[in-house]
Amino acid sequence: MEAVPSAPSPLIALVGNPNCGKTALFNILTGSRQKVANYAGVTVERKEGSLLTPSGRRVRILDLPGAYSLDPLTPDEQVTADVLLGRRTGETQPDFVVCVTDATNLRQNLRLVLSLKRLGLPMVVALNMSDVARRKGIAIDAGRLAAELGVPVVETIGVKSSGVRELVKVLDRIGMSDRVAGGGPVLWRTPSKSEIEDDQTEVRRILGAVGGDRLDGVTFSDRLDAIVLHPVVGPLILAAILFLVFQAVFAWAQVPMDAIKLGVATVGNWLGAALPASLLKDLLINGILAGVGSVLVFLPQIIILFFFILMLEDSGYLPRAAFLLDRVMGSVGLSGRAFIPLLSSFACAIPGIMATRTIQNPRDRLTTIMIAPLMTCSARLPVYALIIGAFIPRRTVWGGLELQGVVLFALYVVGVVSAMAVAFVLKRSGQGSSFQALMLELPVYHWPNLRNLAIGLWQRVEIFMSRVGTIILALMVILWALSSFPAPPPGATGPAIQYSIAGHLGSWLAVLFAPIGFNWQISIALVPGLAAREVAVGALGTVYALSATGDDVSGALTPLIAHSWSLPTALSLLAWYVFAPQCLSTLATVKRETNSWRYPIIMAAYLFAMAYAGSWITYRVALALLGNS
Amino acid sequence: MLTPAQISVPAPTDIRLTELGIGTCARVVSVAAPEGGAPVELGRRLAELGFLPGEAVRIVAKGLMAKAPIAVRIGTGTFALRLFEAACIRVCPEQPQPG
Repeated sequence: MEAVPSAPSPLIALVGNPNCGKTALFNILTGSRQKVANYAGVTVERKEGSLLTPSGRRVRILDLPGAYSLDPLTPDEQVTADVLLGRRTGETQPDFVVCVTDATNLRQNLRLVLSLKRLGLPMVVALNMSDVARRKGIAIDAGRLAAELGVPVVETIGVKSSGVRELVKVLDRIGMSDRVAGGGPVLWRTPSKSEIEDDQTEVRRILGAVGGDRLDGVTFSDRLDAIVLHPVVGPLILAAILFLVFQAVFAWAQVPMDAIKLGVATVGNWLGAALPASLLKDLLINGILAGVGSVLVFLPQIIILFFFILMLEDSGYLPRAAFLLDRVMGSVGLSGRAFIPLLSSFACAIPGIMATRTIQNPRDRLTTIMIAPLMTCSARLPVYALIIGAFIPRRTVWGGLELQGVVLFALYVVGVVSAMAVAFVLKRSGQGSSFQALMLELPVYHWPNLRNLAIGLWQRVEIFMSRVGTIILALMVILWALSSFPAPPPGATGPAIQYSIAGHLGSWLAVLFAPIGFNWQISIALVPGLAAREVAVGALGTVYALSATGDDVSGALTPLIAHSWSLPTALSLLAWYVFAPQCLSTLATVKRETNSWRYPIIMAAYLFAMAYAGSWITYRVALALLGNS
Repeated sequence: MLTPAQISVPAPTDIRLTELGIGTCARVVSVAAPEGGAPVELGRRLAELGFLPGEAVRIVAKGLMAKAPIAVRIGTGTFALRLFEAACIRVCPEQPQPG
């Protein structure tokens, strides 16, 4: 034993094919002790966690991106190969490799095991989903498999804490006997096609020896696929699922949203009564509480949306949706794979743009990045929800559909249709290869795992909350200051904000936005909204709360704007938000992903032009049809 | 057990994967280089996904529209392939083709 007291805890890498249950295994090993960041220089997600072994040792566990081979075709696979080969700068080469395999799909997974074995790093093979395999009647002799492969094999069940006991025991022992040589770059040579074929012959031989050489007949997944992938029924199911998601976002979120509103109002009243009148009290109630409270209220909707996205992802439905949509996406020059990044963009364009790294074709990827902001992200929900709540009557149409839900759905559809149009224009403007690869795995269906769902949901909530806590809070305070200073001159009659810096800025911007029906309050709110779209709602809250002259300073925003905006103005603002490039973080992400200022600038310009044109048309048409009532 | 050398002898009935009917079981005979300017690494990636001589394949689903991708069972995995990808793969049906 050559343990140096100051030696860092050993680094263990989880490696495996996509869909082998690797992330579930990572979650069960590390629990909530995870750090999610990016690999230096790229935007591939880096997940590291730690595990305390029974003997009291702490080991670090790195969840490497899923890979089919060590000869990378995607940035994800590039990272996995580089880290394993010890040639990624800023990353230490793992001390130990856990190669995760799906026991029901060894025929595919074992080739990667053979490749990894050639690297010569100490490793163990985790025979994951061994419970599922056993239920399916696949009896794999783990001991025999270990003998055939020449590496230790442990059975694991990635969704049960007792299912990783054997693996933890192995991890507990490493560093005492397994790790012989020090790290350093490992030699790797891309195998030829005949070498891959030789590997497969070896895989077949091993499978025959261990009792895993069995092909399923028609499985449950096949029977489900016969319906889900059916050329007529499949798209109907897809449309129904997407529609259900959007209805749920509105209907289910109502109760918790009301509770949050009530809570914020209660705190506001309490502070109002407890504190003496001062500038600080004004800042606390009208700046911080009103601003942050009006954004926080949309947390339930964001949770519900992510709940559905994670469920669809975990159950195996998402790639099927990509399959169904591939032809339609292909007609505008996108890959079916673009569906997943674009669907993620409904939650937030940033993870969506980051998810485009799974698209191999660079041109395809760029097109997907450029249209991702047109997918209605959840940050736009607060704006949509506010305006829809204020202007669209709460009633049912067409036999039970919420009219508000229908309008929201229409806004999403407009976003998607314009994205398709932009993609089509981009395809026509470039030469465009007609050979974009799809090669998308359709994993076996399974019930979403609650633990994985909870961890995924928590990570999203954390991101949203930290935005509320940092950038939005800071902007709220700045906006409050802009709206409060300078104070109105003695004897002024109008609301105080009219005399402030924000008032002047707003009236100047209002000239630019008057043709599309925006008043100066909206114009002010759009400025901080550049940092994050949902800030605009908080900003409106601040602007209106501060400019209100009566007793209704703490009054809700909804009746206020319903009272002071015309319907054409409201519709115009909705149209603006479908297109507007109002998110600096998105533009920053595009800059980082494309490694050039060119694309974020093009993106901002084209989105701004579309937003202005869309709002202008909406406003003029609405005026002509409805009058300025 | 067949060796790759034995399998790669083209059988008289060998057809493109795209010509295989839904539900018909077949075996991969060969994976040809892609035609008409498709990227060369495509053939290697198909091999890495398991499209290798001797492996069992079956079409799980086809789209309604022409040029829609197909869902293919290869061994124990299932992949969605575009038609130009599937066309690289030659297979030999193990039972008479329906129709």
